[in-house]
Amino acid sequence: MTEPTTQAAAPVAHAVEIRDLHKRFGRLEVLRGIDFAVDPGQVVCVIGPSGSGKSTLLRCVNLLEQPTSGKVVLEGVELTDPDVDIDAARRRVGMVFQQFNLFPHMTVLQNVMIAQRRVLRRGAAEAERIAREHLAKVGVLEKAAFYPAQLSGGQQQRVAIARALAMNPALMLFDEPTSALDPELVGDVLTVMRKLAEEGMTMLVVTHEMAFARDVADRVVFMDGGVIVEDGPPDQVIGSPRYERTRSFLRRVLDPTHTDV
Amino acid sequence: MTDQSTTAEKPGPAGRARRTRLSPRKRQRVSRAVQYAVLVAVAVFLVLRIDWNSLAQNFAKPEIAAEAWPEVITVALKNTIIYSVGGFVFAFLFGLLLALMRMSSVLPYRWLAIAYIEVFRGLPALLIFLLILFLPQALPGFQVPGDTYGQGILGLTVVGSAYMAETLRAGLQAVPKGQMEAARSLGMSHTRATVSIVIPQAVRIVIPPTTNQFVSLLKDSSLVLFLGVTSEYVELTKFGNDLASTHANATPILVVGITYLLVTIPLGYLANRLERRQGRGRR
Repeated sequence: MTEPTTQAAAPVAHAVEIRDLHKRFGRLEVLRGIDFAVDPGQVVCVIGPSGSGKSTLLRCVNLLEQPTSGKVVLEGVELTDPDVDIDAARRRVGMVFQQFNLFPHMTVLQNVMIAQRRVLRRGAAEAERIAREHLAKVGVLEKAAFYPAQLSGGQQQRVAIARALAMNPALMLFDEPTSALDPELVGDVLTVMRKLAEEGMTMLVVTHEMAFARDVADRVVFMDGGVIVEDGPPDQVIGSPRYERTRSFLRRVLDPTHTDV
Repeated sequence: MTDQSTTAEKPGPAGRARRTRLSPRKRQRVSRAVQYAVLVAVAVFLVLRIDWNSLAQNFAKPEIAAEAWPEVITVALKNTIIYSVGGFVFAFLFGLLLALMRMSSVLPYRWLAIAYIEVFRGLPALLIFLLILFLPQALPGFQVPGDTYGQGILGLTVVGSAYMAETLRAGLQAVPKGQMEAARSLGMSHTRATVSIVIPQAVRIVIPPTTNQFVSLLKDSSLVLFLGVTSEYVELTKFGNDLASTHANATPILVVGITYLLVTIPLGYLANRLERRQGRGRR
């Protein structure tokens, strides 16, 4: 009797699943039918030339952009369904932005506490304990009392990661997290992300850091012109790409002096 | 020789053709000398022409100035501050509401806000105070709470909120879009994000311009004069005017003017400093 029910629950839900996603800005179709999924614990890096729709795709996952059509399913809940409480769904998805977007009128500690307090309704003591825990983890605990403007870009980005982690997300989105950083500060942020990946966090990362994608990602997705061109393990997509579009992109990224555009 | 004839129409070879004109530096020196000369001439003319005695008798008579004391502070300045702070607080709150309406996704709210802002920015403040006088007739049974205080504050609120709305809207729009996105990505509702993240930053941005708006409300509070005020509600301008008419002497107006400046000038500096601090400050 009990067997059929356990049977029905058996298929493991994807952390996030995207089906036939389209996004149009006016006449411009930025995403032209995207299908892919990320499984729990997977790290997926999205690479591709600028304007390929990578960031838009990422922003559609937590509905910062409203998709024109298609489905986004997060842990079995269809976010694109108008009846879904989008604020509740977003709590499960952390997002790290290229420009950090820390709240400049709050200290580092307050930045990490505010959503815990206002959204998760955690008590002040608990929120602060959790905030300090995550700040320590990303290595900026000693800056807890500072304001964002007093921090380097790398420190700000790590605070932003701690702020997202403090919400206990099931999925973390990274939108070119190192693109706005001075080159010598990129390493600190990537180290934190690598540690996060090793701990089993599910991550969807839009990045230009090919070394990071090759070493850390379980899968690499190459996008161009609003579609996914290749999707596979890093060794395959970066190591021996099947398509000329991927190859020419990688040539340009890996050897910037080689300008064949 | 050829140089000389061509200078008038077009500059000749660099450096040589200017023999007939002054060099720019010399010209500057001459111009400055002329300016000083004009200044001295005007000063001498004034000193000689003005009857300083009668001027002092009319504008700076110590006995009359002493008579203004201490009511100029304890009554007049106090009331001026009550009117202008009251007007400022309500203008700020109502202005914030208007600014949010102006940016609302509900079209009629936008229309209402725009209509209000355009109408009341375009009318002289005095006209609004005159209209307030007729309110009880227009709306029988209606009474502005708080007597003259209420009427004065209402007038300043109506005038101030239209300007405040535009300032606050600029402030709200100056908060980067990424702030709202970051807040939403953490699961905050639109309202929560607006209240906790966007408005506090917008207020910081608009502190310098609103300080200037407070100064202009403070000056506009002189229009309470037209509300037909009894002595307990008298503010600086009416206080000065009344005293000046009793003595047929302008000294009280000068006293009142100095009292205004004692408040407005420091506030102006404060606004300036806040603005500079913000310039180099956060973000």
